[in-house]
Amino acid sequence: MTRQHIEAKINGDNCDFLCESNETLLSVIRNQLQLTGTKEGCSTGDCGACSVMLDDRLVCSCLTLAVEVEGKNIDTIEGMSNGEDLHVLQKKFLEHAALQCGICTPGFLIAARALLEKNPDPTETEVRYWLAGNLCRCTGYHKIVEAVLDAAEEMRG
Amino acid sequence: MSDIIAYEEKELKIIGTRPIRPDGVDKVTGRARYGADINLPGQLYGSVYRSPHAHALIKSIDVSAALAMPGVKAVITGDDLEDMPSQFIPVGEMIVNFRDMTRNVMAREKVLYDGHPIAAIAAISESIAKEALKKIKIDFEILPHVIDVVEAMKPGAPLLHKDQHTLIERKRLGSEPIIESPPKEPSNIAKRLTWEKGDIENAFSKAHIIIEREFNTKPVHQGYIEPHAAVASCTEDGQVEVYTCSQGHFVIRSQCAKLLGIEVSKIKVIPTELGGGFGGKNNVYLEPLAIMLSRIVHRPVKMVMSRNEVFRASGPSPAGHVKVKIGCDKNGKIIAADAQIDMQSGAFPGSPLPQATITCFTRYDIENVRVIGHDVTTNRPKVAAYRAPGAPIAAFGVESVMDELAENLSIDPLDLRIMNAAKQGTQTYYGVTFPQIGFLETLKRAKAHKNYNVPLEKNQGRGVATGFWMNIGNDTTSSLNVNDDGTIALTIGTIDVAGGSRSSLAMMVAEEFGIDSDKVRVTTGDTSQLGFNFVTAGSRGTFAGGIVAVLAARKAIEECKIRAAKTWNVPLDEVVWEDGFARPASSNVGGFDPLPLSDIAKNASKTGGPIAGHSEKNVQGAGPGFGTQIVDVEVDKETGSIKILRHTIIQDAGKAIHPAYVEGQYQGGAVQGIGWALNEEYIYGDDGRLQNPGFLDYRVPVASDVPFIDTDIVEVPNPYHPYGVRGIGEVPIIPPTAAIANAVYNATGIRFNSLPLSPPKVLAAITKK
Repeated sequence: MTRQHIEAKINGDNCDFLCESNETLLSVIRNQLQLTGTKEGCSTGDCGACSVMLDDRLVCSCLTLAVEVEGKNIDTIEGMSNGEDLHVLQKKFLEHAALQCGICTPGFLIAARALLEKNPDPTETEVRYWLAGNLCRCTGYHKIVEAVLDAAEEMRG
Repeated sequence: MSDIIAYEEKELKIIGTRPIRPDGVDKVTGRARYGADINLPGQLYGSVYRSPHAHALIKSIDVSAALAMPGVKAVITGDDLEDMPSQFIPVGEMIVNFRDMTRNVMAREKVLYDGHPIAAIAAISESIAKEALKKIKIDFEILPHVIDVVEAMKPGAPLLHKDQHTLIERKRLGSEPIIESPPKEPSNIAKRLTWEKGDIENAFSKAHIIIEREFNTKPVHQGYIEPHAAVASCTEDGQVEVYTCSQGHFVIRSQCAKLLGIEVSKIKVIPTELGGGFGGKNNVYLEPLAIMLSRIVHRPVKMVMSRNEVFRASGPSPAGHVKVKIGCDKNGKIIAADAQIDMQSGAFPGSPLPQATITCFTRYDIENVRVIGHDVTTNRPKVAAYRAPGAPIAAFGVESVMDELAENLSIDPLDLRIMNAAKQGTQTYYGVTFPQIGFLETLKRAKAHKNYNVPLEKNQGRGVATGFWMNIGNDTTSSLNVNDDGTIALTIGTIDVAGGSRSSLAMMVAEEFGIDSDKVRVTTGDTSQLGFNFVTAGSRGTFAGGIVAVLAARKAIEECKIRAAKTWNVPLDEVVWEDGFARPASSNVGGFDPLPLSDIAKNASKTGGPIAGHSEKNVQGAGPGFGTQIVDVEVDKETGSIKILRHTIIQDAGKAIHPAYVEGQYQGGAVQGIGWALNEEYIYGDDGRLQNPGFLDYRVPVASDVPFIDTDIVEVPNPYHPYGVRGIGEVPIIPPTAAIANAVYNATGIRFNSLPLSPPKVLAAITKK
């Protein structure tokens, strides 16, 4: 199979890679770009552990073909903190004990940030429905929802 | 109990606060390394050929075309594993029949379930390994299969193991256990276990009211989001290194050593961060295969399961068929209780039958009890532990019958339980007499809880149920070193299975030393660094890990006092330890300035060398755990859909070291129970193949399915832990199934005796009514 050469940006940095046409973005992020913060929980788009931003769109990277990202900007969990300070959502997840095993946490954080960019003042129900594409088996969601609502309030200032 | 560490009531500075977990920043930034995140230089990729059939003889396997493919480096089948005789061997503190374990790891003679491994391949890429699987040729002779536990128990059912004869064991309180001679005919019933106390026949004859019902539950999967993963590397001189995401790397080491005939010292297992286990990551699946493949090529081999493989081939909980009969006097006092629990163990014997049978009625103080359990093999994956293994299956039946009794007697369902609750001094039918426990407190606080008195509207209902788990201790080790700046490095051998035990252990050590908990760094050691640790299961991590951490800290503190005595040139008994300082015991000792831990540490070399403490212990004295839950539901009579309106958990933690993590265990366990009650089930086709091996069709609860889960932490100290800790992880999953079914009855007038309460089933019952 001829491999495609793709140029894109990841967390603001230029990157390029060769991929087969059936290779997923998740596979490239984890195996070629070696950013293992994005997780594979199901590879069928049902668990949200592989959530990333593609330009301004929240996607399951396991359902996105790597060849689709030519010229696009990919944002993963590794780019969420600015290098000095954690993002407000990251801080609130820690303060509220909104994570246990943590395997779903990167996906939740990426999805929650996408929510707050679109809707800075969500209701509890809006948070729950927006995050319904992300599975967490440890927390029962209670503290995750609390953390997102608290982060939203702090980000609104 | 001679070997216990007694509870001491004292003023606490660290315990009970809510510091941020030490593994937190790594987890919110994507740094934390889980099983599938480990990559070793030069690694190959392994993939498993799995049975497409529920039950079939393997007539021949031809791997030659797969092996000939460019990029394929090794292929293994069951023939590459040494066969083992059928005998139960204690390995890594578990009693394992290695004849079964070797066959579960890799089928030989026949396959016993859809997903059963038959061969494995190592290749230079994942895609080549997967492509090569298609070239393996297997000639099967398909056999009749049996999926349902009741069907499997019938005479003439398709037989999984032709040499399996029912082991019959009777345990009567106060008598020696009796093993009866097994029946001549083989059967799928591997074991029949009976517990007896008193005389149920006589007691039932005197009962004012008897309710007898039959219940069915479906297998549910632990549903950890991280699929199983392992990377193994074997050198030419036989040294083995394995990275794996498990709940007990020492047990993984023991099982691999025995299965593969390798000396324990030659295997080093390095635990990765664990992406959820809930009991499902206590046993080997990929690890022996990765080692075998690596042993052929002497390159690291990485293996990761797909979600499909996780569902088809790693252990779900059992299905259960349960009969419950309870008799009360006219006041509601239970005078007799009888149950039969038939549990499907999957392809090999070994369901959590002991746990299901001993937890069944144990919340109540009953004079006359009989519980009969059956362990039944079926053509499904071998079951694994799942949070309070077995207990929710039994409790669904018992707590549903309790609700019906309360209704018939016109007693509040909590009052019925309060009247019958086990308390300190109650002797259970399996022999244990309870020490101080907090069950009554949870019931009384539930009765007084504001959520128990919220008015309900149309189509809404309220249900309650309770849960019990005995909790365990077991072999646990820790090693503590005082660093030269007075900070502490604690190495533990129990995996932090996500509940935050690293944080809790740091807090207990900090409390002992009288320093801040962020001065204590807790690391999970690999198998070469510590003595044996049992798997983190049965709710033992913070309890047992806490005891060895405290003992290690006390040894190190004692050494610090010795160094202070040496520095001051006074006898040891004239030095005391307080708030991070060695101090003279009184002004009579001399006018010495208190010596801070940092000074003692800095001068350790001059006073004798580095300061450390360690502890290795078979921890005893686990405190029994009890909880009560109140659930309010609303039933949509047009769709059959059930909405959880309020969910309240009142549970005894003994002592909450880090209350946020206790709440997290309560909430997470309860939502798993909600999934078990409402949606989750293994669905098999007529061909014996699993029809829903993915998160789309196997529906675990999502954020929009549940409300905030209210928690109330009761603290009745465990007398056998220095800070009063009880295990708390198991109990929360036990009450939800019955509490929800009881609430649905309250809303609709329909009693559901089988799970899950999925919309089609509920709608059909409403329409019929």
